[in-house]
Amino acid sequence: MTKLDSKVPEGPIADKWTNHKNNIKLVNPANKRSIDVIIVGTGLAGGSAAATLAELGYNVKAFCYQDSPRRAHSIAAQGGINAAKNYQGDGDSTYRLFYDTVKGGDYRSREANVYRLAEVSANIIDQCVAQGVPFARDYGGLLDNRSFGGVQVSRTFYAKGQTGQQLLLGCYSAMSRQIGKGKIQMYNRHEMMEVVIVDGKARGIIARNLITGELERHSAHAVVIASGGYGNVFFLSTNAMGSNVSAGWKIHKKGAYFANPCYTQIHPTCIPQHGDQQSKLTLMSESLRNDGRIWVPKKKEDAEAIRAGKMKPTEIVEEDRDYYLERRYPSFGNLVPRDVASRAAKERSDAGFGVGTNETGEAVYLDFTSAFMRYGQEEANVHGLNDASQEKIRELGEQVVEDKYGNLFQMYEKITADNPYKTPMKIYPAVHYTMGGVWVDYNLMTTIDGCYCIGEANFSDHGANRLGASALMQGLADGYFVLPYTIGDYLADDIRTGSIPTDTDEFAEAEKSVKDQIDFFINNKGEHSVDHFHKQLGKVMWNKVGMARDTKGLQDAIKEIKEIRAAFWKDVKVPGAADSMNLELEKAGRVADFLELGELFARDALLREESCGGHFREEHKSEEGEAARDDKNFKHVSAWEYKGEPADAVFHKEELEYKNIELKTRSYK
Amino acid sequence: MNLTLKVWRQKNSQEKGQLETYQVKNISTDSSFLEMMDILNEQLVNEGKEPVAFDHDCREGICGMCSLFINGEAHGPGEEITTCQLHMREFKDGETIHIEPWRAKAFPVIKDLVVDRGAFDRIMSAGGFISVNTSGNTQDANAIPVPKEDADMAMDAATCIGCGACVATCKNASAMLFVSAKVSQFALLPQGKVEAAERAQNMVSQMDEEGFGNCTNTGACEVECPKGISIENIARMNREYLSSSFK
Ligand SMILES: Cc1cc2nc3c(=O)[nH]c(=O)nc-3n(C[C@H](O)[C@H](O)[C@H](O)COP(=O)(O)OP(=O)(O)OC[C@H]3O[C@@H](n4cnc5c(N)ncnc54)[C@H](O)[C@@H]3O)c2cc1C
Ligand code: SF4
Ligand code: FES
Repeated sequence: MTKLDSKVPEGPIADKWTNHKNNIKLVNPANKRSIDVIIVGTGLAGGSAAATLAELGYNVKAFCYQDSPRRAHSIAAQGGINAAKNYQGDGDSTYRLFYDTVKGGDYRSREANVYRLAEVSANIIDQCVAQGVPFARDYGGLLDNRSFGGVQVSRTFYAKGQTGQQLLLGCYSAMSRQIGKGKIQMYNRHEMMEVVIVDGKARGIIARNLITGELERHSAHAVVIASGGYGNVFFLSTNAMGSNVSAGWKIHKKGAYFANPCYTQIHPTCIPQHGDQQSKLTLMSESLRNDGRIWVPKKKEDAEAIRAGKMKPTEIVEEDRDYYLERRYPSFGNLVPRDVASRAAKERSDAGFGVGTNETGEAVYLDFTSAFMRYGQEEANVHGLNDASQEKIRELGEQVVEDKYGNLFQMYEKITADNPYKTPMKIYPAVHYTMGGVWVDYNLMTTIDGCYCIGEANFSDHGANRLGASALMQGLADGYFVLPYTIGDYLADDIRTGSIPTDTDEFAEAEKSVKDQIDFFINNKGEHSVDHFHKQLGKVMWNKVGMARDTKGLQDAIKEIKEIRAAFWKDVKVPGAADSMNLELEKAGRVADFLELGELFARDALLREESCGGHFREEHKSEEGEAARDDKNFKHVSAWEYKGEPADAVFHKEELEYKNIELKTRSYK
Repeated sequence: MNLTLKVWRQKNSQEKGQLETYQVKNISTDSSFLEMMDILNEQLVNEGKEPVAFDHDCREGICGMCSLFINGEAHGPGEEITTCQLHMREFKDGETIHIEPWRAKAFPVIKDLVVDRGAFDRIMSAGGFISVNTSGNTQDANAIPVPKEDADMAMDAATCIGCGACVATCKNASAMLFVSAKVSQFALLPQGKVEAAERAQNMVSQMDEEGFGNCTNTGACEVECPKGISIENIARMNREYLSSSFK
């Protein structure tokens, strides 16, 4: 086991980033023109990096599998983006955002990275406003904020329920400008299939043109992976259908360590599964927990009657409702962090109080009645309606809620055919985000020279649990403000290298390995579709490596995933041809990688004999059922080195140091 | 429910396509339209046939990838809805459903139901941005207050998902709704006002170059737009930025 060098600069935490920026090498503008950078993925992380690097003068080649950069899954983020602006004057600061993020991550993230994230956060908002991102404003014309879980200040900026969309479109605009100038060559409908390493350095990729099926060689002086999260290893998640781990996994197989694969965020407020035909799950933004109250019936008979369709939630009187988050966590109430809220929902459902009328019976209520009445009363007061009836007040309140969350309510109604203004929403936890990912140092470089990883695809800033509205912040921080500096330090040595040729053995070998796998899939006349295996994997992951994990379940999972993987390689069927658009072939390659990741994921969860953040081991909990961390033995990052089968992966440790924050048991009570 | 599907199949952009008929059975009314398509595809794969290619990704109405022309309507029945948000409860057991790709000269078919909307990206590269670099020295976000009403109108225009339903619906295959939404968003904000006229001209001339038709104010685009983008945006663009300078 080697020790990993995080390359965190010396000095007091508040000065590290500034000092580092002053000490790293720069590339002058003329030399940037002779340097190529490949960016795989054009979501918030890759898109912002592509735009900024092109503005600086580098030649950027960017890749995405969708038909346009505007469609990356960042587009789906609803709730908002954090920044320590302290516009509300409620005591926010860089330190507080840093502190909240480290605490929210259950003390499993790297202090220096998180501090830098908090430090650059304010500038992100300035940049986005300059680009024309239409954030919500108050009547004075200034930017508005809301609160998210796990914090006690209002620092979340938002654009209705479409914050991710607006931020991504901002990035996409900035990219479009550079595409127009020819500084970014954009390869839409292209999938990265392999990384090419020359003399120990990442020097290019093999990409498949998803329209023609052609394999293409692309070279560069550095390769940046910004391919998003791997939640789809669970089959059902709130990720897009095409979200995948493959880009990250390919570099893992070529030497990049993969860190904390087991850290997954299960989001408490998603629309419950309707049945077996389900293809993905839909999130209801966390921002709803600002105004919605979560409850289940106090009496088991009521829950049973609801599940049987014999009773409606509106018939249950106030005294018979159990607002279990407010009961268990009086100081944070409905705004506890996601992992805590998810486990609490599972606990109530498992105990027989779930209200789902679907096949699983799993659901709890998210109820806006109190908010309707509270806002309605305010409105009535403002408009001098002193004797407004209860109905009138509710109507006024519904209007206010509609202004805030209208699109979310509408989305809910479209999917469930229930009107959430009249009856509480039904929600249940679902896989949402992956804190784990490719290991990177302070410069965001992986353990392969010249290969960087940014955004959700890396492991860096969120520890064992991510706070709401912090992923957008991280993606844009990495892409706009961090990578453009740190990559220069590396590229400064390449100003005389000249362009990297692609007619070399290294490229030929990489291309051949990709071609061999494609040919295998096309020629393997198996019995079952790719989805057949993906669903099997998903079931094992959800049942045994999901919200609650134990030794036996994890051991079984490792065994079962290995079996599914073997069956997949024997029996998968991929119709169609290699040299044309072939969606089944695309899926096959991605599921092949999920089947390896899944096993490593379970191994990582088994090794981590503690509960922290989103990783909950049944064997490690306090008397009240809360996660019990073990700082003595597990205050580290687990980074895995590829050696063939997942069972052979070699474990490495990055010890975490907390010099600016005292390690405490996380409490939201 | 059991359904008959008439689906457009086309090998690639060169070859001619045709409608093929398929049967699907036991579809849950709670399933989405695309989940129904998944079931059709699973069935085809099991029969060793090539599944139907269609675009989709987020499946929650925001990425703009999904794009089916269902029973003669872009994104199918229902108002302000994308294909992926359409649910099977909108259909009747035993019904026959026609499924075709977007049809427009500027959106050539790539395969089956997948079309090439690259023209939208090129219109964006021609002017769909505010010329500002990431310098790290941008002025404070609250330095210029923006009236809430303007910010809200900009936001309404900005919610366009670039799906192309407006083009597919328009008898002239015009992209004016898409273009005017972007032009309006930026023109309504002080940050974007400076370049507003130039932006509008550059985007519109690229639009013409791509082979989109002229706008004759039929308003069909607004009706099918899944995000409720208003044709008021087209009027604003014409009035304020195009009429004066294109004389
Ligand atoms: C429904 C939902 C709501 C969310 N809401 C919030 C929120 O309110 N606030 C918040 O902070 N966070 C939120 N998140 C999390 C946040 O949106 C994501 O973590 C973040 O946007 C990820 O950005 P990214 O750039 O890393 O990846 P993505 O946006 O996922 O982009 C990945 C890119 O990689 C490309 N790609 C992937 N594989 C390949 C390959 N092999 N070859 C070529 N290209 C490839 C894709 O085409 C895409 O361009 C939400 C997430 C979801 C799913
Ligand atoms: S204006 Fe409406 S229909 Fe046209 S691309 Fe935008 S969202 Fe789609
Ligand atoms: S699949 Fe994204 S909008 Fe329909």
